[in-house]
Parts: sequence; structure tokens; C-alpha cells
Amino acid sequence: MSTILECKGVTKAFGDKEALSDVNMNIDQGRIIGLLGPNGSGKTTLIKLANDLLTPTSGEIRIAGMKPGIETKKLVSYLPEKTYLNDWMRVHQIIELFMDFYKDFKPEKAYDMLKRLNINPNDRLKFMSKGTKEKVQLILVMSREAKLYLLDEPIGGVDPAARDYILETIITNYKEDATVVISTHLISDIEKILDHVVFINNGRVVLSSSADEIRNEKGKSVDALFREVFKC
Amino acid sequence: MPWDFKSDRPIYTQLIEQIELMIFSDTYPPGSRLPPVRDMAQEAAVNPNTMQRALSKLEEDGLIVTHRTSGRSVTEDENMIKKAKNKLAIDQITEFLEKMRKLGFDREEVLSIITSMSEEMKI
Repeated sequence: MSTILECKGVTKAFGDKEALSDVNMNIDQGRIIGLLGPNGSGKTTLIKLANDLLTPTSGEIRIAGMKPGIETKKLVSYLPEKTYLNDWMRVHQIIELFMDFYKDFKPEKAYDMLKRLNINPNDRLKFMSKGTKEKVQLILVMSREAKLYLLDEPIGGVDPAARDYILETIITNYKEDATVVISTHLISDIEKILDHVVFINNGRVVLSSSADEIRNEKGKSVDALFREVFKC
Repeated sequence: MPWDFKSDRPIYTQLIEQIELMIFSDTYPPGSRLPPVRDMAQEAAVNPNTMQRALSKLEEDGLIVTHRTSGRSVTEDENMIKKAKNKLAIDQITEFLEKMRKLGFDREEVLSIITSMSEEMKI
């Protein structure tokens, strides 16, 4: 199986504070991965590096063998932690924008999901609740047929019923050769669908293991292990 | 049948147990076709890779047969199913007897409780 995301000794410093220190990891195609860590552990920094929004202080990051840039953006569908969409726009206008931007964007998929979640394509982002806005964003991101989905806190603001639907969407929409990386601290909600988990703390990878291996070896859930490892 | 998972045990083993139960209870009778992996994964709300792994294990055990072109089905060998079912029964009873022993019941007592209960419940 080939590697889609590779980090080699990645370090990112902001001033004299290291947000990431010597991160090494290989993520294979066809996996659903949980990037798990407490607030401020470096999850978002890592995802931003993979999207070329930040550049590493040292080390290198590769997506399908390439340095993050224009070419990799064709392969990566990214859900940022904060929205970058203009809130005066109507949902169908944003869909048109995405069609212009991304060759792999499937508008019919997006309209289908909007319907399931009872979101009117004519509504403006501005007049939507925080949760509905998040749903729209995730729909847009999952309507691309990308090789790598990088989802930064995709379920934080939505209600539990919509959470279930979103997880279902992630399971059904990703193709066998695509990888989904989900950064979150809401572990119990998503752990059933994860193949592999990476724990990150203070900018370092502290554990990387298959989810079932954790349950098998420790006899506890990923959520319980997380609470133990990161006990305050 | 609704799927139900405990998060402190591997999802993979729980999937195997639950699919076995569906086979034993004739939800999937001998020789019947199984839905595609993806559909089963979606229904159980688990990762398709995990479902795939569980089905491969069941295939290894002989309960499930893969056809080159037309997906998977339950084995037609009813003997095989019966054997697996018996093994499950033995495992469960062993576990039960072990618990009873810890509670301090001897053989006679356990048997007499079972007999009187099954009369009452008309099993």
C-alpha cells in the first residue's frame, strides 16, 4: 500500500515556541485516521503544514511524494477549523465556486447531502446557525473525490444526530484508495470508524497504533486511553 | 438486527460475533448472499476496512464463501454452521459454569436450578 502523507522530522516553531517537534509519520492510502490530542497540542499546525498554509521550520512533509503546493491541492480536500467562505453567499453559489475551483467536485453529491440535512441551497451562509454552517462546509469538502481528506475538528459544533449522519457520509463517500484524517478531541463519537489513531501532545507524536490493537491490548476504548494519557 | 458495539473491545471481534449470530439465527440463512462490504459497514457504522477484516476471518473459518464475481454468501454446508453454533454454545456454557463455580455452586445445585427454571419458563 502506498503512502499518501509522509512527515520526516517535521518541526515548526513560532518564535521560540515549538508547535511541532520532530514529527515522523507515514499515513497509508485507504485509511481513516484519528489525529487526537488536547487543545494546543499541534493538530491544526500539522494539518496547515500539509496544506501549504505554513512551511516547516525544518524537516519535510510530502503528499503522494510531492511537496505541498498547487499540485497537492488537487489531491487534498481540506476542512479548516475556521470558515473562509464569504457569508453573503448562498449555498448554491458556493457550490458553483467549488465547481470552478476543483475538477473532482461532484455537485450532485453536495445537493444530495444538503437535502438529507434539510439545508436550502438558496439560504445565505450569514443567516445560518453555527452548526448548519459547519454542515455546509463539511458537505462541500466531502463532495470532492480527493485522495486525502484533512478534516480539522469536523464535528465540534453539530448536534449528535447530524454527527451520526456526517460519520456515515465519511464512511460512504471515501473511496478505497482515499485517506481521511480527522483531527478532534471528541473521540467517543468517532472511534468506531477509525482504523488508526495518532496521539499528539506538546507537538510530539506520543502514540501511533491501530484502534483495534489498543482495545485488544489495553482492554479499553481509545477514548479511555486518551483520558488516561492526557490526564490533567 | 441493530448493531451494538462496546468501545473497550476490538470492533473487529465484535463484528465477527454479531455476523455469526446473524448466520446462526437465520437472518442470513445457509447459501444466502451477503450485502456488499460497504453497505454492511455503513449499516453497522464502522470502518469498511474493519468490516472487510471481519468477513475475511469468517471466510477463513469457513462460514462465508467468496465468489470471484458475485460477492459473498453464507456457506451452504449446514454441518459447518451447526459445528460453529455448538462451539459458541460450549463457550458460553463454560463461561457460565465458571461463574457459578466462583459463586460457590456445585454441579448438583447448578443442574437443579437450571431444571427448575426451565420448567417454570417452559423452555
